[in-house]
This record gives sequence, structure tokens and C-alpha cells, in this order.
Amino acid sequence: MLKFTSNEMKTLFSAIAELRKLYLPIEKAGEVGFYLWEEDAKVRLDVLKTVKSAKDAFFPQSEHLMSFKVKDKAIEIEQPSDDMDDFVIMGVRACDAKSFEILDSVYLSKPVDTYYQMRREHGLVITMACGQPEESCFCTVFGIDPANPIGDVVTWLVDGTLYWEAKTEKGEAFTAELTAVLAEASAEDVAAVNAQKDAIKAITEKLPFANLNLEGFDGEHLMEKFNDPQWAELSKACLGCGTCTFVCPTCQCYDVRDYDTGDGIRRFRCWDSCMYSDFTMMAHGNNRNSQVERFRQRFMHKLVYFPANNNGEYSCVGCGRCINKCPIQMNIVKVIKALGVKE
Amino acid sequence: MQKIVDKINELFANDTVDRVLGWKTGEFSYDRTPAVFTKDTGLDGFVYDDFCGSNLSKYLISESAKGGKMAVLLKPCDTYSYNQLVKEHRIKTENVYVVAIPCRGKVNVEAIKAQGVKGILSVEETAGDTLKVSTLYGDCECDRNDVLYEKCSVCQKTHVVYDEIIEEEPYDRPRKDRFAEVEALEAMTAEERFAFWREQLSKCIRCNACRNACPVCNCHKCIFDNANSGVAAKANTDEFEENMFHIIRAFHVAGRCTDCGECSRVCPQNIPLHLLNRKYIKEMNELYGEYQAGADAETKGPLTNFTKDDVEPSIVYQKGGK
Repeated sequence: MLKFTSNEMKTLFSAIAELRKLYLPIEKAGEVGFYLWEEDAKVRLDVLKTVKSAKDAFFPQSEHLMSFKVKDKAIEIEQPSDDMDDFVIMGVRACDAKSFEILDSVYLSKPVDTYYQMRREHGLVITMACGQPEESCFCTVFGIDPANPIGDVVTWLVDGTLYWEAKTEKGEAFTAELTAVLAEASAEDVAAVNAQKDAIKAITEKLPFANLNLEGFDGEHLMEKFNDPQWAELSKACLGCGTCTFVCPTCQCYDVRDYDTGDGIRRFRCWDSCMYSDFTMMAHGNNRNSQVERFRQRFMHKLVYFPANNNGEYSCVGCGRCINKCPIQMNIVKVIKALGVKE
Repeated sequence: MQKIVDKINELFANDTVDRVLGWKTGEFSYDRTPAVFTKDTGLDGFVYDDFCGSNLSKYLISESAKGGKMAVLLKPCDTYSYNQLVKEHRIKTENVYVVAIPCRGKVNVEAIKAQGVKGILSVEETAGDTLKVSTLYGDCECDRNDVLYEKCSVCQKTHVVYDEIIEEEPYDRPRKDRFAEVEALEAMTAEERFAFWREQLSKCIRCNACRNACPVCNCHKCIFDNANSGVAAKANTDEFEENMFHIIRAFHVAGRCTDCGECSRVCPQNIPLHLLNRKYIKEMNELYGEYQAGADAETKGPLTNFTKDDVEPSIVYQKGGK
């Protein structure tokens, strides 16, 4: 294990930013999100849950695909570069780091999504253990350890000191470029990190949703869950907004649209929300005409369809953002409790 | 809360209504979901407390169309939205029984978190202004006046429509000036103001929570959802689009916005959207005389009416040019 030698975190950020573009949890107009680090940025490593997750780094909310221009009778097509600079995203929590694996299983399986693949290849993920898990956290239910996140490099922030451990070849190579600001951690340091890990474990055991029971959420019970009469009640207050889907680290659906710029067309793809009335609109119309059906789709996808198609892996990482942000306080935990096995 | 429960049971018993629109408890002491309770199923899970901040009036568009008679619990501010919806012929009033319920301001749990409190498990009301907060990391207290929703911190509203009222105990109204923030923005230079709104509005993630929660955003199909409109957009395709979305939305609700504050309450990025609406309200007050949308269900709004006293268009134009 290594440690960052200064107490001035900015020194580390500038050392990294000299090598690569660096994205960090940064506060802008009172809210924290992953933004490009600049000298005067207000970095908030103390904030567990950025409003939007870290998935923008690899799957941006809006992405330029190509432009068209009509000149006389010819259509000119401009495609953006298929290359990009290497970048680092730092301060990613265990839940968001796991969400990248879930997105990988969608976008890196055939046919490979080349836009996503390019970003994954160029991006290096530095995660951070969650020193103080929050009441809405339930990542452990999905086998995620907030004390030991996955990532190319994993860090622990203990009493203002940052500890650093490379976990992949990519992470090792990057660490080698930072020898000037990193030093070997002492036995005392390792003990301090271990103490934090123990403290995290103790808190996670006490979390209100630590014992959420996922029994019965699988392909075997698909029709039973689909036909459960409780969907109507659960979705009754749903406003049909896209908040849950847009703050979610694993929601992966997108739409492709054309934007008329006045002198041409920009084709872009953007996150879509199954909560929206025109989601997966087809020539014949929409196949989900009520909010009950749209609402059911979101949770069936995460808790039933996805695991049925991905060896039992759920497409929820328990980050709890939807719990904090839903305007009417309906969320995946309430759905699991209502439709799951009663204790 | 007991008074409300008794009242609903009475309305069920004497067949005044067959269902009631209220709130139900959640996983914590502070997550409250709007819910319908029926005479058959009873009031299991019903709650009314400091955390029932959501405005139930918009649900009546669909609920009142269903037939049967429904009681709805409306706080003072919600009754203005109700009136406005009635004025716009969006609620079948013959199917609704309004029960006015007391409110002394609702608590925003995010405001408690913003004070640095982490891992909140429960928030307990006390008789006074103190809230007892229990967290994963120990207990603490906070003053409820510091953690109210913004809309509550400036509220002077009283119930304007009801079939029945559950009287409230008197409490000290907040002393914050409703237009102070707007005046602060007006005092800025145009460049500063532009920078303020650019920074705030650029946080927008186009989730549409503001629009969907807004009682007067009640078009059957929003132009931004209509692929044939040419302006539909699920995301920001250029760096000014979300800014325009909010400006257009504010224009569309101008003269109809009751200042219920739902837009700011539901925004996941905490954009102070109410300030756009309040600026228009302030302008209209100055140009057309004091007007409160939703104060009644009949009066024509300043922008949907013509009187000889109306301000000349050139004056309005000059205002915009400042």
C-alpha cells in the first residue's frame, strides 16, 4: 500500500492532471457531480452520492454521433473523431464502480458499442472506500463491499491522509508515473486503513436495508412478478418524471434523435427513461400506455429480466440515489419489500 | 393527525366519500408518499406530519375523473393550486370533497443533510421548534425553522377553498420576505444575473420532475414530449437548451403559477426554479396590480384578460430591456 505524501490534496490533483484529464466529485452551484478538475475547483471527496452517478464518464447523458449538412443535392456527413485523450475519474464509490461492470455486460457484449468501448479503454478508475455509509445505502445486498471497492486504483481517506493501492495492470502503470507524490505506507498506516475498514463493516451491518431479501427475483418467477397486483398501488403516485432513471448508475437505455441546428442536423444519442410516455415508441405506437406498465418495466428490468439474462446479476448496485431523489418517495427498496418474500 | 383520521373515518361512515387522497408512511420517518385510501381498505399506513410536503392537488385531475367521491387533504398552499386547476376546468369538483388541513411549514430532510448531518434514520417532531434527529453516527438536534422548504419559509397563505376545515393552532408565521431573493437578483448587473442563471440551469438533467410535479403544467401532451413539434428533447443537445426549457416553462405558467414551490422542492439538482416564477409574479404585480393566482376559481388572470387599465405593451417591452 502507498500513501500520498502531502496533506494538501490539491498537489495530488495537479500531479494527476499534468498526466491526464482528471474528473472528480466537484461542487457547482451547491450540488456535487463529476466534473473536469481545474485549479479553482471545489472538490468534495466527503460527498458519497453525487447527484448523477459516475456513469457519464463512459456513457454520457448526451453524446454527439454525427452531423449532416445538405449542400445542393449532396449530403455531407461529418463524424466525430473515434479517438480521445486518456482520462482519470477519481473518487468513484464502490457502487458506481460496480455499475461499470454492469454497463460493460450490456455495451461490451456483441455487437460492441464502440463509443462506450472507446471511453472504457481510455478511462482509468480510481475508487474510494466509503468512510461513512449513509442510511439509504444498500450495496452490500448486491455483494458490494464499500470498504474494498473495485477499480484500477483503490483509495482510502483516513483522517485527511489518502492511502493508495493499484489493483490492475493499468492502475500499476499509472501509479508508476506518480512516484514523486506517493510513498510506501508504514505498518501504522496499514493499521489505520484496516481500522477504517472495520468501522465501515460495523456500520454496514447496522444499515436499515442491510437484510433486504431478494429471494424470488429471478427468471423463474418472471410471470408471477409481472402479474403481481401490487404494481398498480406501487406506481399510483408516480409522476412519470425521469429522476430515478437519470440519477441511477445502471440505467442504460438510450434514444437516438436528430437535432435541427438551423443549418444542418446533429444526430445524438441521449439517456432515455422508461418512465417517459414515448419510451421505445414504435411505428404502431407505444407498447406501454400507462404509468403502471412503465413503472413495472423499470423494476422488472433491474430485478428480473436483467438477472435472468446475466447469470443472476441484478442491475441495481444499491447506491440509494433514487431513495433520496424521487419526488414522491417511491423507490426500488419499497418495490422489493412489497413484491418479495415476506419475513 | 388524530383529528384528521377521525374526520376521514367520519366521512367514510356517513358515505360522504368512498376514498381519500393523503400520504402514507415509508421506510424512514421522513419519506412520505401520496396515496389513496379507500373506505374498504381503511387508513392503514396513513400519516400526516412535518414531512408531507408534496402538493396533492394535481392528482385530482385523474382521480376526480374516475367517478365516486374523493376527499382530498389540502394544506393552505395546495388550495391555491386546487382553485387554479378548477379555474382551468381540469378537476371535476362534484367528485371532490376538500378537507383543509393545518400546516406550520414542512421540513426538508435535504436541508438537514446540508447542515452536515449524515446517515439520518429518523427525525422526531417536538412540541416546540426543535427536531430530534437520530442518525447512524449519533443523535443531534436542529431548529425546524432552519430546515423548512423555501416555500414554507416565506409562506403567508391561508386556506382559500374547502368543504370542511380542520382548524389549525396558531403559530408564528415566518418573517422572510417572499421577494427578497428576486430583489437580490434584480440588484445584480445583467452579466452577473446571466452568470447566476447559467450556472444554476446548467445543472439541469432534463428529468422533467419540475414539469410533472407542477399543478399548472397540465397539458395533455407537453410540447417537449411531442416528437413532431420540432423542439422535443430528452437531453440537452447544445449548451443552452436546458436554459431555454426552463425559461419557456416559466413563461407558460406565468399568470397561472400560484407559487406553490413544487418545482424547487422536487428538483434533484436543487435549482431555485421558483425564482423564475416569482420574478414574473413580481413583474405582474407591478404592471397589472396585485394578483395571486388561485386565490379564487373565477377571476381572470392578468395575462388572459384585457382591461383599459392594462399597462402599455411598450412599458412591458422596456422592462425586458433592462
